[in-house]
Amino acid sequence: MRDFILILPSVLMMAAPILIAAMGGLVSERSGVSNIALEGLMGIGAFTAATAHYFMEAGAGPASVWLALAFGLLAGMAVSLIHAFASVSLGADQVISGTGINLLAIGVPVFLSQIIFRMERTQPFRIGMMPGPGGVYPTAYVALVVVLLTWYVLYKRPLGLRLRACGEHPQAAAGAGIDVRAMRYGAVLASGALAGLAGACLVLTQTIQYTQNTINGAGFIALAAVSFGRWLPKGVTGASLLFGGAVALAIYMVNVEALRRLPPEFFSVLPYLITLVTLVAFSGKDWAPQAIGKAFDKGRS
Amino acid sequence: MAKSIKNAPGATPGPTPAAPAAAKPSDGAFFTRLEAFAASDWRMSLLVVALGFLAGTLIVLAVGRNPANMFAALLQAMTGWDLTRGVFNVRYVGEWLAISTPLILTGLSMGFAARAGLFNIGAEGQYVVGLTVAQFAALFLPQIPVLHAVLCVLFAALGGAAWGGLVGWLKARFNASEVVATIMLNYIAFFLSRWATMRIPGANTFRTPNLPQSAQLDAGYLQRLTNGSNLNYGFFIAVACVVAYWWIMERTRLGFALRATGMNKDAAQASGINAKRSAVTSMAIAGAFAGLAGAVVALGSFNYGRVLAGQDNYGFTGIAVALVGNSTGLGVGLSGLLFGLLASGQPLMQSRGIPKEITLIISGLVVVFVSLRAGLRVILAWKRREQLVARVAAAPGGSGSPEDAAASDAGEE
Repeated sequence: MRDFILILPSVLMMAAPILIAAMGGLVSERSGVSNIALEGLMGIGAFTAATAHYFMEAGAGPASVWLALAFGLLAGMAVSLIHAFASVSLGADQVISGTGINLLAIGVPVFLSQIIFRMERTQPFRIGMMPGPGGVYPTAYVALVVVLLTWYVLYKRPLGLRLRACGEHPQAAAGAGIDVRAMRYGAVLASGALAGLAGACLVLTQTIQYTQNTINGAGFIALAAVSFGRWLPKGVTGASLLFGGAVALAIYMVNVEALRRLPPEFFSVLPYLITLVTLVAFSGKDWAPQAIGKAFDKGRS
Repeated sequence: MAKSIKNAPGATPGPTPAAPAAAKPSDGAFFTRLEAFAASDWRMSLLVVALGFLAGTLIVLAVGRNPANMFAALLQAMTGWDLTRGVFNVRYVGEWLAISTPLILTGLSMGFAARAGLFNIGAEGQYVVGLTVAQFAALFLPQIPVLHAVLCVLFAALGGAAWGGLVGWLKARFNASEVVATIMLNYIAFFLSRWATMRIPGANTFRTPNLPQSAQLDAGYLQRLTNGSNLNYGFFIAVACVVAYWWIMERTRLGFALRATGMNKDAAQASGINAKRSAVTSMAIAGAFAGLAGAVVALGSFNYGRVLAGQDNYGFTGIAVALVGNSTGLGVGLSGLLFGLLASGQPLMQSRGIPKEITLIISGLVVVFVSLRAGLRVILAWKRREQLVARVAAAPGGSGSPEDAAASDAGEE
């Protein structure tokens, strides 16, 4: 039990970015647009936040981290515009444009680092985000707000009802006077913003600079959390906490005598293995939004 | 995936309706020509690549570097001719072909699954499994000349096939999304490879003892021909795979079944094709191609076994290779050479003051543009429908209303 309380702050630190990104994925997928680009968008957000924080740290003081978060959010949103344009305006294959963004996100941050910092990573910042009482980083509260807000908008506001309708039966939604394209644009941009924010949270709490391995699959894990959580805010939250816990355990295990005998790779592989197993265990049943991944064509029924 | 685009509405290169005399004829002719252009896969691929390079050039300009250096680097990587110093070295040509080899193979991997309607993001993991198996086989199998190397390559292909087939099986048996499953298996393969390789006697945290000569794919005459480059027998494996890919896809019953499944799973199932088996077979063969890529890199480019420190990214670039090559054998071969050129130009760019990641950006942009090209076809199809409606409305005493014409046109889709 004491171990559990000790590890809890790190679980929250690991889970918060996954949770925020997963909520972004949830919003996008409930509107009918799959977003495999979460990983890349997180990378863009992380790079932007790390760079912004490095330059503002001295001048803006403690406000710098929050401004950096905002920059990360905006960057993720801007890049997700590509995905929105391709998949909503042009009706292109959503997996291909998402993959394109993921590939871009491998190159763009390192390219810009070379231009700005003359090396293949960002210059490390001095102090990242400071943990609050109990060693809990403020990103955990950010994640909590994001989750509550997502749930409230999706399930308690007419906007959320309309958005979900676009993901289930866009033709019917269009018939009821909903602008499906506008809805999906909004949803993809929101998911880009959340993924960018998630990347920013990750880089400011877990490391001191952006490198090519900063995100390391967190966005893909968030993507899996959406399907494991059955496209429901409650389920996705649970899944993200579970995955975050697995990641934290991988880091924490060196402190536990009994676990230290096992090779470190065993713990590194755990989050991915759990994700895979849960994916298999919970697939097959149709929890997914009906119209996910399909381009909206007004003329079809 | 790329193949299904070919069958998307509006992509059919059928007879284009002649522009009505009443409408602006020049507009119609331009539209017809545009449509014919969009219907051609290889022309669209060239356009997409050209756009990618154009955007890359603009980005280099935007950050205040000279794009001429980028093209000089690419020219040197392709022909071995250094413009700035006026020196010629054939070694660069050899390096270009050597780097292209695994990219062609991972491109075939992605393309093969795509033709069967699956999105294989897992080529990276299958590549890692192939690489690891090849290293183990090289270190532990008896060192019989020729046979040793052949067995290493075979086992690597089998390892990749098992890793890919597993995804196909999960898809067929549990309907698990192959996209998420392959991504997870990429990471699992990576950590398993590290764990297993470090346990080889004599291995440290980054390498194993040297691989025996009998397992390596080095070809002395190829090295002499290319002034000591890395070019090895792996290139012939890639060429053979391109031919095999074409033959399986276009000339065998299996290929037909896979393509039918990819185009319309339900229709294929209804006509007696076992769509579930298709998923497993196609992913296994796709995995075998990626596994071969792993073998080629392990046995051709290194003389020791590597404990991987990060993703080699061949699998991810393979996605772009397959998309640009339209998932046809020859197309993937050529587009693999293109992306190989970008990769082999990297150090030459860096030394000329162009950040080498520009090649990754160009690859990413090319994939984004590929997704846009599908959109262009949708817009063209929509435009054609509109034109048809206008034509029927303009025809005096035409049988049927514009709505009928639109409906019948839509019905053809």
